[in-house]
Amino acid sequence: MEKTTDKNSYTLLFAIGMVLVVGSILAFAASGFKDKIDENKRIERQLNILYAMGVNENEGSNMSFVSKDIVESEFKKYITKQFIIQGEKISEDNKAYLLDLKKEHALAKNASHQRRLPMLIGEKDGKMFYIAPIRGKGLWDAIWGYVALDKNMVVLGAFFDHKGETPGLGANINQRFFMDDFIGEHLFDEANNFKGINVSKSNADPKNKDKKDNEVDAIAGATITGDGVSAMIKSELRLYLPYFKNLKN
Amino acid sequence: MGLLSKKDARLILDPLADNNPITIQVLGICSALAITAELEASIVMSISVLFVLGVGNVIISLMRNIIPSKIRIIVQLIVVATLVIIVDLVLKAYAYELSKTLSVFVGLIITNCIIMGRFEAFALANKPWPSFLDGIGNALGYGVILIIIGFFRELFGSGTLLGFKVLGDPIEKTGVYAFGYENNGFMLLSPMALIVVGIIIWIQRSRNKELLEEELVGHCDI
Repeated sequence: MEKTTDKNSYTLLFAIGMVLVVGSILAFAASGFKDKIDENKRIERQLNILYAMGVNENEGSNMSFVSKDIVESEFKKYITKQFIIQGEKISEDNKAYLLDLKKEHALAKNASHQRRLPMLIGEKDGKMFYIAPIRGKGLWDAIWGYVALDKNMVVLGAFFDHKGETPGLGANINQRFFMDDFIGEHLFDEANNFKGINVSKSNADPKNKDKKDNEVDAIAGATITGDGVSAMIKSELRLYLPYFKNLKN
Repeated sequence: MGLLSKKDARLILDPLADNNPITIQVLGICSALAITAELEASIVMSISVLFVLGVGNVIISLMRNIIPSKIRIIVQLIVVATLVIIVDLVLKAYAYELSKTLSVFVGLIITNCIIMGRFEAFALANKPWPSFLDGIGNALGYGVILIIIGFFRELFGSGTLLGFKVLGDPIEKTGVYAFGYENNGFMLLSPMALIVVGIIIWIQRSRNKELLEEELVGHCDI
């Protein structure tokens, strides 16, 4: 006799039941944890932004963010203004750092939409930091970062992170040995053309002493992630050129 | 072993050596090649698989009498995916830092052939307790190999272990680098992981002749 579990009707019912049970468990879990996860993400953004402008607890070659308990107050203290730039229009918005760049990228595919660009102004020890959140593509998934610039668009600090780059290779873009190389790099070449910063495999300057070559040393075995970082810096920071031009005048 | 019967102990010990999922059954090779460039990543992946395989095996074993055989692979896939997603959500909410380290592995855990292999080959036909032991044993056997590969790849590829510069600084030329030693960048790429797996298999089989396949033994005689 055919076993009950081999019957088509049983199989169908089992499948439906399983989908319902698993679906509700996952939906329940996702919505239950949503607030907590969003809050963690918000804090992470603040930590990363502060890290990019040099507000961190790095010691020697160790890498460390400021403590989570004080991040809110430190963020208020160091980030003095936040803007959203849309074409000519610049509007102040103290939630600009939360702007979802993924959605902006999607909206920008429509030619009639003018992309909104977040810009955060930080001040530390009398120095001004212009921090631009950027987002691009790595090898497997999204990569993003925060680049702190001075008003001549020289990099004062950078933080990069990724969603799913290869551990040990591309995933190392969020390590200090890679990010520290960007400090002091120029985005313009000698002739004052916008060049961005190229993550270069053929860089004959592994200690990165030449800050005006528009190049930093790449990570071995992570060519595509490195190219993604180069492309992200070039395409995203280019959009800020009018803003910095106005700033100088 | 007072705690475990002889049969139960074998469930844990066999996959560590003579029935190792990577070197003998050649399962889970994909992740063994992909994420072993660093020792830390190998350890994290081993612990994740240990958890998912241990718990997953028990769940599948509990459900073994009600799963329709026609859709059993899909059911297994759903169980492991659900498990991994829930763990990921909990970590994101309560251990955000850890979840960032692990998020890369989530997709790799779901597609790990060892997990599906153990569900299909063991948990579907055995009671929960032996299934649990089988899961733990296989995950440990997988982890041991991953950690061995990670150790050699990080040591010879980057000159570090768990991020510590054990061989000196390659740019400042200190430690062994002062004598002209160079890191082998090839170790960081997946093909070299395959060669390391090959060497482990070679050593294992040359120490234990029973593992050799019959025709190979025949050739050895000539």
